[in-house]
Amino acid sequence: MTGALASQGYSFLAGPGWNLYADVQNMLSFAFMRNAFAAGTASALVAGLIGYFVVLRASSFAAHAISHIGFAGAAGAVLLGVNPVLGVGALSLAASVGMGALGRRLRGRDVVIGLVMAASLGLGYLFISLYTGNATDAYAVLFGQIFGITVGAVQITVLTSVVVLALLVAVYRPLLFASLDEEVAEARGIRVGAVGLGFMVLLALAVSEAVQVSGVLLIFALLVAPGAIAGRVFRRPAAALALSAGLAVLITWVSLGLAFYTPYPVSFYVTSLAFVAYLAARATGRGSRLGRRLTASLSPPRDTAAEGRPAATVRL
Amino acid sequence: MSGTAEPIAMAAGLASGYHGRTVWSGADFSIAAGEFLTVLGPNGAGKSTLLRMVLGLLRPAQGTLRVFGAPPRRGNPAIGYVPQRRTLDPDLNVRAADLVGLGVDGHQWGVGVSQRKKREKRQDVTRALASVGAAHLGGRAVGRLSGGEQQRLQLAQALVARPRLLLLDEPLASLDLRSQQEVSQLVADLRAEYGFTVVLVTHDINPVLGVTDRVMYVAGGGVSVGPPGEVITTESLSRLYQAEVEVLTDSRGRIFVVGLEAETAHPHSPRGPRP
Repeated sequence: MTGALASQGYSFLAGPGWNLYADVQNMLSFAFMRNAFAAGTASALVAGLIGYFVVLRASSFAAHAISHIGFAGAAGAVLLGVNPVLGVGALSLAASVGMGALGRRLRGRDVVIGLVMAASLGLGYLFISLYTGNATDAYAVLFGQIFGITVGAVQITVLTSVVVLALLVAVYRPLLFASLDEEVAEARGIRVGAVGLGFMVLLALAVSEAVQVSGVLLIFALLVAPGAIAGRVFRRPAAALALSAGLAVLITWVSLGLAFYTPYPVSFYVTSLAFVAYLAARATGRGSRLGRRLTASLSPPRDTAAEGRPAATVRL
Repeated sequence: MSGTAEPIAMAAGLASGYHGRTVWSGADFSIAAGEFLTVLGPNGAGKSTLLRMVLGLLRPAQGTLRVFGAPPRRGNPAIGYVPQRRTLDPDLNVRAADLVGLGVDGHQWGVGVSQRKKREKRQDVTRALASVGAAHLGGRAVGRLSGGEQQRLQLAQALVARPRLLLLDEPLASLDLRSQQEVSQLVADLRAEYGFTVVLVTHDINPVLGVTDRVMYVAGGGVSVGPPGEVITTESLSRLYQAEVEVLTDSRGRIFVVGLEAETAHPHSPRGPRP
């Protein structure tokens, strides 16, 4: 869109001045950019945190499916003249509650979820073809359209993020326990079914938010990539969560900046940056050849003799 | 050991079953404080079901069960539980110490902000890891550990909350001979040191024969409890299975139950020297 505006004589949109401070200031002098940053930051924060649990719980296919099922909601909302994000939210929630109700039996239900997902996409396509007006709104849901976000939508997004963050803080330890060790968690009195269902609801909310930035089709970039990267880098869940959230926000900010000064769309940058970051984490992370060499050169040799020795029994 | 007369668990006319189908019934037993009880029996006989009832996750189909003098309740912190387990996802890049730490406060709401509690938790985790000989594993990624190492972590996770009763579901399955002996001995040593009660489920009696006080045989829809020498006999098991079962003892004291399907009958191990 900026390219188009630039060609209409908006010279300040022609390109960056290569002075970071001035460029950011210039960018934020536009209301639509301030809105995009507010909504983008709020949704990226939530996507990064929820994404780490998505990876831990091996439910990235569920996340993917929820967003695609949400597309039918978006297309239906467009047809009815309602805000598409509300449509995504409604159907995502329905899908997540349905999957959450399957609970522990969710594993191995890939076929059922896949079929429901395909049927929803088909339904969404039908809605779009029935819609006689401008299909841009539906297109925006597929690929994201954060620059066009309204003030009302920004408020809803920020509010949703606050709610999701509060709930996530409240269920943090039981959720982590149930994600890592469901059977023991259950024996320790955690209602793992309820925790799983609650997580799916949080996931649906995160999806509905992230769809505005990355779109239904590109949701993995914001929702799964930062969590997967952080999980490779850090072994402490708290540190991994912080990195995941930070990465998601950073990717969003850089993408918004790049998209502002170039004629290419935000979600293209989001997916590209996420992919590059993931490759970098794989190449340098623990277990990789480069990573091992880095670790070896940075840390003193380990006392291998002490490792093999069983430690003395200590009183509990 | 507490030495009190009150049993850790008591069952009267206890029956287990799902959806109206009875798995076993008529169980009367009591588990004494500090006892090492080994639960034996074929697959599907309802051994894990017994543990789930003690944990309060499953209601008795019939009869009564009391744990610490009260009906079983979910999430009782006095019970440590190590479920039957396949190995974890090798890509699970979470610190072993964090997994063990969940045994301290994983069931509590919120994120846990108290610095004092965090410090105490760290100390508890370090002690629990050391007590199972896994002090050196605390910083490692759990997915990368061997099956035996992961099992020690599970044990540490169960011990970190200082339970009075430790339930172990098939801790010897898929371990080699030597590891079976080591795990049995480790559990026995920990029990001797901390005085908790052990209920250990296994297929094969031989690795625990030297450390168990009593055995509980779950088979043929019934339960039989007593010292190994009384329960694992040709007469007793034939009655329980309602089949021609024969118990043989070889020159090294290994027990063989023959006349059943291969899985429950064959002995796995000579009893090696204690480590």
